[in-house]
Amino acid sequence: MRAAVLRKEPSSMPAPIDPIVEVRGISKSYGSTEALRGIDLDFPRGKLTSLLGPSGCGKTTLLKIIAGLIKANAGSIAVDGKVVTAPGPERAFVFQDFALMPWATALRNVAFGLELRGKARAEREEIARHYIAEVGLAGFEDKYPHQLSGGMRQRVGLARALSVDADVLLLDEPFSAVDEQNRRKFQEDLIRLRSNQNKTFIFVTHSIEEAVYISDRIVLLSPRPGRVSQIIEPEIDRSGDPDLIHRDKHYLDTVQEIWQGLKQYAE
Amino acid sequence: MATGIRTESEAVGLATRSTRGEVDGWRDQPVLLRLVSIALFAGIWEIAGRIPVSFAFPTFSATFTAFIGLIADGSLPLAYVSTLQPLLLGIVLSAFLGVGLGTLCGLWRTGEWLLIPVFIVLQAAPVAAFIPMVTFVYGIGMTAKTLAVMILALPVIVLNTYKAVRNVNESLVVMCRSFLGTRWQVVTQIVLPDASPVIFAGLRLGVAAGFVGVVLAELLITPTGIGDLITFHRSRADYAEMYATIASIIALSTLTLIVLQWIEVRVFRPETRGA
Repeated sequence: MRAAVLRKEPSSMPAPIDPIVEVRGISKSYGSTEALRGIDLDFPRGKLTSLLGPSGCGKTTLLKIIAGLIKANAGSIAVDGKVVTAPGPERAFVFQDFALMPWATALRNVAFGLELRGKARAEREEIARHYIAEVGLAGFEDKYPHQLSGGMRQRVGLARALSVDADVLLLDEPFSAVDEQNRRKFQEDLIRLRSNQNKTFIFVTHSIEEAVYISDRIVLLSPRPGRVSQIIEPEIDRSGDPDLIHRDKHYLDTVQEIWQGLKQYAE
Repeated sequence: MATGIRTESEAVGLATRSTRGEVDGWRDQPVLLRLVSIALFAGIWEIAGRIPVSFAFPTFSATFTAFIGLIADGSLPLAYVSTLQPLLLGIVLSAFLGVGLGTLCGLWRTGEWLLIPVFIVLQAAPVAAFIPMVTFVYGIGMTAKTLAVMILALPVIVLNTYKAVRNVNESLVVMCRSFLGTRWQVVTQIVLPDASPVIFAGLRLGVAAGFVGVVLAELLITPTGIGDLITFHRSRADYAEMYATIASIIALSTLTLIVLQWIEVRVFRPETRGA
């Protein structure tokens, strides 16, 4: 029965069609601690892939290596076929702690990526206003981060990443500092946002439910050192009422399946 | 009966709330409170002068009259022309040099090792002792006075800037890099604004130290400007004039610090306005 829900992919299987991000043989050590060992992964274009695993599995490290924010000891990252070693315009990052400038309004924070690229003020603010509305923050353009709730701050962080028009969005546990109610709402909005943005999402999370709820593809990492242990593609229809997903049988079975696999790492 | 009680308590509740509102309204008038504070200070000064605390301690009213007199006869404005030039020059140089060096030391390890120990020693040393030495080397002119301002103002500005830059929010730096910020953009767009509250705290201390420096230089080495006016009136036992001069430089120093704070909030940290 599980086999019907899950499609396990041994590494010998052909890579999925049209990968936008290719991770080849990435290894990373901090001193004597081995964080990642020989990671080979393909991230299909236009899909939302989650990196899921217990703490210490190196999922955030892998995401930051893909972003070009951390250097790997070995291996390479290619985006659209080109090897990258530093941040680039085709990738945008959403930070766990939001990383908003407290001295700047929501509008300036959202436009900051474009400001750094030297885009004229009127132009970048028009784009920023569009994405602020897109993430549901219209009317809050002139508020400072300390005047916004955690969920709203992360919406600013998401709008900032969207406004630079990158093909790949890298999200590092974006909801972990957001309270439960707002997290649910935000997850629903993310599903809706995905359907009208033609972007690839790479999403790091430690929440099994979150991963299954929003992902097209889940990469399970095992800890010490971080390795790919399993790739799961939950076949869940997300076109309807997002509340129904939580009661979907495939959803519940997949959550259970992943939990069985991860249980051994729980302390 | 019960209804009556409830109405009564509601009325009481309302009354209390409105009284509190009034008190808050009164407390929300910082200008008024500040004026009261100044008036209270002047009143106590007046009383102390009338007791008198010391024969060399004039009343507030005598000092104020002397202040008007000093402006009228032109001696105070003339003294300020002579004092303000090295003060302004010294403070502006210290501010730019201090923030520049502090930022450099905060970002560049070699610079930190080379310079920070020097400034720590300078800050710990009783720098006023250097002032006669400065006179020995640079004479009694403008250079010596400017240097006196700088040796007092610079260390605290450098050290504060350095600490602020070292403790910059790392996650904002990473954010700036990830959105393709250059090294220069990281410094100007993230590091300096993020460090600005502590840098400005250093600037305020530095400016206050600069005032100390210029007065010390004028008292110790070059009998000109405000320092000279203080010495002159002391020697003639014109205590009201002496106090008026001292009070005027304190007032100017305070005013400068207020202006600096205003600039900080307006330009660098708009989110703290009204908070």
